[in-house]
Amino acid sequence: MPEPFLELVDIGKIYPGVVALDHVDLSVSRGEVIALIGENGAGKSTLMRVLGGVAEPSVGAIRVDGVERRSLTVADAIKAGIAFVHQELNLFDNLDVAGNVYIGREPVHGGPLKLIDRKRLYAQVRPLLDRLGADFGPDALLAELSLAQRQLVEIIKALSLDARLVIMDEPTSSLTLTETDRLMRVIAGLKADGVSVIFITHRLNEVMQCADRAVVLRDGRMVGALPRAELSPAAMIRLMIGRDLKSLYVPPAAPPGEAMLDIVEAMTDTYPNRAVSLSVRRGEILGLAGLVGSGRTELARAIFGVDRLRGGAIRLDAQPIRIDTPRAAIEHGIYLIPEDRKSSGLLLDVSIAENISLPDLASYLRFWLVNTARETENAQRQRERLKIRAPDVATSVDSLSGGNQQKVVLAKWLSMRPKVLIFDEPTRGVDVGAKQEIYDMLRRLTDAGVAILMISSDMEEVIGVSDRIAVMHEGAISGFLDRSQFSEHNVLQLAVGHTV
Amino acid sequence: MHKKDLSLLVLILVVGAVVAFINPRFLLVGNLSNTANQVGLFGIFSIAEAFVIIVGGIELSVGSVIALLGVLFIDLIVNRDVNWIAAFGIIIGGGLAIGLVHGTLVTKMRIQPFVVTLCGLLIYRGAARYYTEDATAGFGFGASFPTLEWLTAGRTNVLGFPLPHSVVALIIVTAVAWVVLHRSVFGRYLYAVGKNEEAARYSGIRANRVVISAYVVCGGLTAFSAILLAMYTRSISPAVHGSFYELYAIAAAVLGGCSLRGGEGSIIGVVLGTVLLQVLQNLVNLLGIPSSLNFAVMGTVILVGVLADQYLMQRSRRATMAKGRPQANVAAAPLERANAK
Repeated sequence: MPEPFLELVDIGKIYPGVVALDHVDLSVSRGEVIALIGENGAGKSTLMRVLGGVAEPSVGAIRVDGVERRSLTVADAIKAGIAFVHQELNLFDNLDVAGNVYIGREPVHGGPLKLIDRKRLYAQVRPLLDRLGADFGPDALLAELSLAQRQLVEIIKALSLDARLVIMDEPTSSLTLTETDRLMRVIAGLKADGVSVIFITHRLNEVMQCADRAVVLRDGRMVGALPRAELSPAAMIRLMIGRDLKSLYVPPAAPPGEAMLDIVEAMTDTYPNRAVSLSVRRGEILGLAGLVGSGRTELARAIFGVDRLRGGAIRLDAQPIRIDTPRAAIEHGIYLIPEDRKSSGLLLDVSIAENISLPDLASYLRFWLVNTARETENAQRQRERLKIRAPDVATSVDSLSGGNQQKVVLAKWLSMRPKVLIFDEPTRGVDVGAKQEIYDMLRRLTDAGVAILMISSDMEEVIGVSDRIAVMHEGAISGFLDRSQFSEHNVLQLAVGHTV
Repeated sequence: MHKKDLSLLVLILVVGAVVAFINPRFLLVGNLSNTANQVGLFGIFSIAEAFVIIVGGIELSVGSVIALLGVLFIDLIVNRDVNWIAAFGIIIGGGLAIGLVHGTLVTKMRIQPFVVTLCGLLIYRGAARYYTEDATAGFGFGASFPTLEWLTAGRTNVLGFPLPHSVVALIIVTAVAWVVLHRSVFGRYLYAVGKNEEAARYSGIRANRVVISAYVVCGGLTAFSAILLAMYTRSISPAVHGSFYELYAIAAAVLGGCSLRGGEGSIIGVVLGTVLLQVLQNLVNLLGIPSSLNFAVMGTVILVGVLADQYLMQRSRRATMAKGRPQANVAAAPLERANAK
C-alpha cells in the first residue's frame, strides 16, 4: 500500500453536551476504497463533514500531503482534491449536466460580456461521461435524470475538480439493484484510476463487494478497521454493537390484549412495491426499528393520513377504517407525534396552552367561542402531569428545551382520548431526565389500554422500552422480535436485511 | 390591547397633535367627520385583507373587485330596477363567490396567492370597464333611494358630532371580526394555519378549508365596502375607481402588525393602521403639501414605522438574551444542532 496522502490524526468533535467524535484516526491512500460503517448516530457523517471542510474539529490535526493543519475549509478540501457526493444531491434541476458540472467555473468566450462557451463546456464534460460509462449526454436536462444518474453527475463534477478522494454519504440508499451494481463498477473504475473513495453505507454486502477496508465507528469512536482479508458481515456487526445497554425496561402491568391497530399490506409512495403488515396490541409498546430511510416515518405518515396509502388496509379494533386526512385519524383516536416537532408538531411562537388545545378546540367551546379559562386549566393539568418545566402555560413554546417541547406535543394528545399513539423518535434532541419521564408516561399510557407504536433509531431506546420490536428494511418488515430475542445484534441483523 | 397596537395609537395621536398644532382646521367637526368617513370606508376592506394575510396569503384584487361590484350594484338598482335589498344580497354573494374561486385556486390548484389575485386584479378591472363600456356609472336625475342612501352614506348626529354610517358599519365589522379572530375556533385555525400550515394539518385542522374560508370572508367584506363606496361616490369611473385600494389595505394590515408571512396581526391594529393612513392623507391636504406627494408621504411613514418596529424588537430581543433564557434551553439547543445534521 502506498503512502497515505491524507491523514486524520486524533480527531475529536465536541458539540456542547455531545461528543460526536472521540479520538478518531483515519488515513487514506491513493486508490483505496474505504467503507465507513456504524449505527445511526455513530459519528460517520460528522467525520465526513470534518473531511469536507464543513465541520471544524475540536481537537486533532489533518495532514494533507504531509502538511499538517488544524482544520480544513471547504476551499481547502476542494484544493486538496476532496470531493463530497451528498446524500441530498446539491444539483440544479434547471440546468443541464454540463452546466451542473462546471457551475461557477464555466468556460467563457473572451469579451466584456463573458458569455458561456457552450461548445467548450460540452467538450470538457464529454470525456468524463465516457470514462464513467454514463448513458446520457452533457446536454441532458438534470430534471429528466434519475437519482442514480444525478449521483453520477455529482461524481463527474468531483472528477472535473481533479478529485483524489470522493466521499459518498449513503450513495446506494435510494438506488435500485442494477443502479447499485453500476455504482459499484464506477467505484472500481475510480480505484483503477488511482482515485480514493470513502463511502458510508448500511449495506454490508456492498462493503464485501468493493471495499479495501471497513472502518467501524461507534458512539463517535473508531472501534475497529477490518482489512479486506478479514471482512465478513459477522465481524462487522460484532464491531458495530458491543455496547452495554442499560436496562430501562418496565414491564406492563398486565399482558397486552388483543390487536388494537392492524396494518394489512400497507404500501407507501416511497416503497411502492413493498407492503407492510403489522399489528399493535392493546397495552403494548411496539418498537419499530430500522435504519434511517427504511420507510418507517413514511408508514407513520400514511397511517395518520398525512400521505395517502397506495394500497392495503387499516383496522382499528378489528373494524376496517378509512383514513385519508389527519382529521380522520384523530377522530378514530389515532394520534401521531411527528419526528420533527418544530416543523410539524408545534406552533413555535405560540403559548403552551394554545398548542395543547389546538387539535381539540371544539371541546373548549362556550357560546361558540373558545373558553380560555378552561383551556388554561387543562393546560395546567397537563403541565403538572407531564412535568413540563415552564414558568406558566402562557409561555411560548420556542423558549422551552427540546424535552419540554416534546412533552407539549404529547400533552396535545393526552388531553384527548388516545387509542393508538404513534410516536416517531420520541426522544430526539431530548435531555436524559426528560427522556425517562417520557418513557414513564408511555408505560402509564399502555397500562391504561393505549396501543403505542414507537419509531426509534436509538438502539438503547428500542431495546429498553419496547415490549416487542418490528424491524423494517427497505420498506418492508424484515422481522419481529419478542423480548426474549431482544439484542442489539438481532435488531441490526434485521435492519440490514439479514435474518436472525 | 397589544403593545404594538398601543404604540400605533400613540403614533396616531402624535401625528394628529402635530397636524392640529400647525393647522387647527384639522379639529373642525366637518374635517373630523369626513376623515372618519374615509376610515370607515377603507377600514372594512382592510379588515377583509387582514383575514387573508393572517392565513399567510395576499389579496391584490381588492380595488378591482370594488370597481366591478360597485358598477354592478349601481347598474342593478338604477338600470335594472332590482330591489336594493336584493341587489345588496347579490353583490355580497358575488364577493363571496370571488373569494371562493381565489381560495380554491390557491389551495386545490396550488397557485401562489400573489399570482391568483394579480390575475383577479386585471380581470375584474377589465370586466368593470367592459361592462360599462368605460363610461361612468352613476345615479341619473331623479333616481333616488332615500333609505339606502341614508343607511350607507348618511350621518347621524351623536352628541353634536355627525357620525358617518360607514363608521358605524366599521365598528360592527370590527367587533364581529375581533370576536371571530381572537375568540373563535375559526380564528385560532386562521392563525395556526398562517403560522405553520404543516403543524396545523398534523393537529387535524383542515388547512385548505381554513384558507378558502379566509378568502371567502375577504370577498364578502370587500363586496360590502364596494357597496358603501359606490353609495358614497355616487358615480363610478370603472377605470380608476378603487385603484390602489388593495395597497391601502395591505399597508393598513402591515402597520397593524400583520406579517406577510402569516400568523400575526390584530384587528384593532388593522383599524388603527387605517386611521393612521387617513390621518396622513388629511395631513397632506391640510399642510399644503402638494397632493402629488400623497403616496410618497404614506410610503415614507410606513417604512419608518416598520424600521422603528424592527429596531425596537431586536433591542428587546437582545435584552432578553442578556438576561438569559431558561438554562434548559441553552443546554438543549446544541444537542438538537448535533442531531440536526
